[in-house]
Amino acid sequence: MQSELQRDKLKTIMFFLFPSILGLLLFSIIPIIASFLLSLSKWDGLTRWNFKAGVPNIVGFGNFKEILTDAEFWKVLGHTLYFIVLYIPLILFSSLLVANLLNNDFKGIVAYRVFYFLPVLTSWVAGALVWKWVLSPLYGPLNEMLRFIGIKGPGWLQDAAWAMPGIVLASIWKDMGFFGLIFLGALQGINIEYIEAAKIDGATWWQRLMKITLPIISPAIFFVVVICIINSFQLFPQIMIMTEGGSAGPHGATQVMVERIYKYAFKYFKMGYAAAYSWLLFVIIFGFTTLQMKLQKKWVHYDE
Amino acid sequence: MMNKTIVKPILFYLFASVLAFFILIPFFWMISTSLKGYGALMSIPIQWIPETISFKSFAQIFAIFPFARAIFNSAFVSILSTTITILSASMAAYVFAKIKFRAREKLFLVVLATMMIPGQVTVIPIFLVLKKLGLINTFTGLIAPTIFNAFAIFMLRQYIKDIPDDFINAAVMDGASYFRIFRSVIMPLSVPIIMTLGVITFMGAWNDYFWPLIILSDKTKMTLSLALSQLNGQYVSKYNILMAGSLLSMIPIIVIYIFAQKYFTSGLQLGGIKG
Repeated sequence: MQSELQRDKLKTIMFFLFPSILGLLLFSIIPIIASFLLSLSKWDGLTRWNFKAGVPNIVGFGNFKEILTDAEFWKVLGHTLYFIVLYIPLILFSSLLVANLLNNDFKGIVAYRVFYFLPVLTSWVAGALVWKWVLSPLYGPLNEMLRFIGIKGPGWLQDAAWAMPGIVLASIWKDMGFFGLIFLGALQGINIEYIEAAKIDGATWWQRLMKITLPIISPAIFFVVVICIINSFQLFPQIMIMTEGGSAGPHGATQVMVERIYKYAFKYFKMGYAAAYSWLLFVIIFGFTTLQMKLQKKWVHYDE
Repeated sequence: MMNKTIVKPILFYLFASVLAFFILIPFFWMISTSLKGYGALMSIPIQWIPETISFKSFAQIFAIFPFARAIFNSAFVSILSTTITILSASMAAYVFAKIKFRAREKLFLVVLATMMIPGQVTVIPIFLVLKKLGLINTFTGLIAPTIFNAFAIFMLRQYIKDIPDDFINAAVMDGASYFRIFRSVIMPLSVPIIMTLGVITFMGAWNDYFWPLIILSDKTKMTLSLALSQLNGQYVSKYNILMAGSLLSMIPIIVIYIFAQKYFTSGLQLGGIKG
């Protein structure tokens, strides 16, 4: 009886876990190992394997060495860092603004919530298409508005210096509702009594912000910064849609890592090289995230 | 004091409206452009509101591309992916939460660890294997990887863990099998989290670009996002058509949002954790 039940239990476990374990093996663990092995070789993904003929050609860490000594990699990394430097302060400011505005109960707040949220619902492809058109130097509304206040707008996506800021603008628009929502959750968790007590003690608005609100929501800020940096290293649809038509922007000004990985693998069929590139992406993301985990002790406050 | 009760709403409406204005400009421009003829696109000064309104772009997009097919493909792929993800993940989550066995925690840790690896690392081998199996340019190849979703397993497991064992024990007393417990106790009690995950999984599948771009090349198999990017390459300056297509692609998600707002909100707040 007992052993029959045990057998029954084992069968049940196997049955319920089967789809996920199959997927875990086929689409995660085996590909991770394969990707690493691939990164040690040169292979076009097409030619039949024939080790005697050197297909695939095992090069050890040759791909990594090649990528790291290529000026292009550092240029591409620079583009991402440029994006991060512009994007992080702007996204923090705008999404905190969204959260603060939505943390009210004025009439019509529901409509504002929907407005702020629309870009989050929009697919990146549709969002990037409209931004490409919004940023059109001559026929787009942004430069038209700038003309209206007497500023001659730049060529945006057609100008090597302004292409990345254009991508940043679109990304802020797309993401601020989402991160606003996360900050809203954090703001709603603040005990109103703290604020009231500080008011009674005569704390100014600025003091309340710096001494109460920001420390309390600092875990949320930390979380958003970590996510934003991970996402920044994985920019893709906006780059492909807004600045494709050539080589990602004028003089490749918006070339980024995932765009490179995609091109190397699926346009130039350098599978090993692209796999090595993707592992470098992992190492960079992992490194940045670990670094932030270490640094958080200095500024993030957790409740005991 | 009087002063303060007036100033605060004024400040709110001022800031909230200015922000809304800037967020809505692209949407306004999208709608406005989709109602223009090709000639009206390149006018200086720009036409904020089209001088003559024409719905031609909406007809054109169906003429130059199998766009109705793309809408169907997106719906089909998104519904199927969501169903598979939720079913597979909740089955695994049930075991990880409620059925003890040796090495369970270790296995669960492996599942979680896979979340650290960015999708770009695994995409190349998956592509190569699917190609070997002849599944490139098929819906099977597009959907197959959704069978494993570590994030969904994690979220469902956290939720199912909190279901009191008393409910399960009561069912066991009644002679219920593991299957009965899953179907009549676990699933019904997990409806809120299933809806939440369902909504974000559906939105993710509907808006996905990277994976369809790699897997699909046949026009009649393309999903909406991919179709739009294809049109972007072919009709570079025909923004009236591109905007009409973008607008159409947004409608289903907005409709779902209106009916399932609370699940979207909770879903995206969860989604942040995934990153």
